[in-house]
Amino acid sequence: MKTATRQPVRAVDPESLRIVEGPGLYFPHHEFPCTGSRTGQLSRDRRVLRAMIRFENVTKVYDQKARPALDAINLEIDRGEFAFLVGASGSGKSTFLRLVLKEDRASSGAVYVAGQNVATISSWRVPRLRRGIGVVFQDFRLLPQKTVFANVAFAMQVIGKSRSVIRDTVPEVLKTVGLEGKEHRFPHELSGGEQQRVAIARAVVNRPGILLADEPTGNLDPTTSMGIMGVLDKINQNGTTVVMATHDDDIVNEMRKRVVELRNGVIIRDESKALYTSMIPVVGASRRLKDASGREDTAPPATPGSEGAR
Amino acid sequence: MRLAFILGEIGGGLRRNLSMVVSVILVTFVSLTFVGAAGMLQLQINQMKGFWYDKVQVAIFLCSDGATSASCATGPVTEEQQANLQTLLESAAVTQYVNDFTFESQDDAYRHFTEQFANSPIVDSVTPDQLPSSFRINMEDPEKYQVISEIFSSQPGVETVIDQRQLLEQLFTVMNGASLVAVLVAGVMIVCAILLIATTIRLSAFSRRRETGIMRLVGASKTVIQLPFILEGVIAAVVGAALASGTLWAVSKFFLGDYLSQQYPDTAFISPGQTLLLAPALLILGASLAGISSLLTLRKYLKV
Ligand SMILES: Nc1ncnc2c1ncn2[C@@H]1O[C@H](COP(=O)(O)OP(=O)(O)OP(=O)(O)O)[C@@H](O)[C@H]1O
Ligand SMILES: [Mg+2]
Repeated sequence: MKTATRQPVRAVDPESLRIVEGPGLYFPHHEFPCTGSRTGQLSRDRRVLRAMIRFENVTKVYDQKARPALDAINLEIDRGEFAFLVGASGSGKSTFLRLVLKEDRASSGAVYVAGQNVATISSWRVPRLRRGIGVVFQDFRLLPQKTVFANVAFAMQVIGKSRSVIRDTVPEVLKTVGLEGKEHRFPHELSGGEQQRVAIARAVVNRPGILLADEPTGNLDPTTSMGIMGVLDKINQNGTTVVMATHDDDIVNEMRKRVVELRNGVIIRDESKALYTSMIPVVGASRRLKDASGREDTAPPATPGSEGAR
Repeated sequence: MRLAFILGEIGGGLRRNLSMVVSVILVTFVSLTFVGAAGMLQLQINQMKGFWYDKVQVAIFLCSDGATSASCATGPVTEEQQANLQTLLESAAVTQYVNDFTFESQDDAYRHFTEQFANSPIVDSVTPDQLPSSFRINMEDPEKYQVISEIFSSQPGVETVIDQRQLLEQLFTVMNGASLVAVLVAGVMIVCAILLIATTIRLSAFSRRRETGIMRLVGASKTVIQLPFILEGVIAAVVGAALASGTLWAVSKFFLGDYLSQQYPDTAFISPGQTLLLAPALLILGASLAGISSLLTLRKYLKV
């Protein structure tokens, strides 16, 4: 199985190291301050800094009359981690991702991204936050009148990257997502899976520290989906933290990553190397289990088990 | 790179929204033409004030054959009355208000009349003795008209005392009224222009919401996202303002310069060069109209 062979190799995988250190594709943790030790008892500040994404008692209410979309969520996602967000429709997965992007403000509680409380980011600095976060959606959102190359280059142009950097970087990213030789196609000349690869390439071309994917395989067949997961996994191995909201049980079961399950805006399960449902118990893999209220937050430093999973 | 990108976006936006852009150009063109017309009228008024105020005179018209006023019941002015008036004009009581004066005889008056109405058939029906002779007084201080009027109105042989400045003031009142109307029309047109620019920008932002959505997500700055839209409106408005300036220049060159100044050779009309002084004001006005209305629109429709 793919997951079994990959993980031990990962830390020394020469291919991934090349990409990390090479002049081209480099997913920078340097976009964000990297502090905090992995051993011993961490202070709260340290933990805040170490976590890539940290939700502290976050509640999001869209409509005063309805139940909160997120209800007192406590969650921490570490640097370099790969986490699935699962849960029924309307359970708050997309809301979670929107809060990370500061597309919406939390009604209460604090959202930290790379150690910074997003509520304290002034509106003119929000673009900086978003440059550190790539986003992929179910519906690809490519520009139909632009070629594959131009779609990816667009993400660099609009943040003022020079033509030569774009010329060097884009083909490399397209290679990473498996689209070599298709640079000059238009989106309508690509399959859904290929279009999603373009969208992923666009999301990571500026080397974000975080990749958020909202049901990226929702429109794709199982085989194509697994291909996309391969790409996301590769990006994750290059050091990018990946959070993926999904309904796709096959994928979750195949990947065996951390799974955070939401129900009605509350975290009802948070396990590492987990399955889509908790029906089949995963012995020894439980990272931390929360009660249905989600209010308990002991947030211990990463266990050896979860360390190995990254 | 970013500049090239923004310019490309502007070009694309202008092309995609061509009909709206043309209407923005036309509306700003018309509204700024009215603004400029009001400005031209004001310039013309100032010009005429400067030109006439040292020339205008108080005219003491003497009784002639045709005079009908009560003060002329005794008939046309006599030589003696005329000599008395001249003495009075030279007396110390009057000279302090007067720079100098001239006498315009009936023949002089007829000559001026025929010159002024050269193209008009009225000339044939007028004879020199129907026109009054007059003393033309150049005032030291034009405001002191009342004093002269009081002294001379009651003198025998004087038909009436007229302050030419008042005649001019009437003309200026008409011109001021016209420029007020122009300003009002311009105001309405400017409101149209603002609304139209806002609508255009909104449509443009709507048709490019995919691009702007992606720009937002990948962390493009507010400037990069909004500037193309703002500049699109500003460029259209500036083109409109340039057309308005060109039109005003053409009016002052061909209508005032070539046509009216031939019809009224004594009148000083503003020159095309003076009209061009209005152009920068119109350009700035057009650009800021567009800039402000698009900023306000984008704040609502292109949140970052
Ligand atoms: N903009 C909004 N305004 C009002 N309510 C909203 C808004 N966005 C989401 N909600 C509500 O918040 C709740 C959570 O929505 P959310 O989109 O986060 O769910 P989701 O888990 O992503 O669902 P799905 O799996 O269908 O995408 C839902 O009840 C939804 O109706
Ligand atoms: Mg969703």
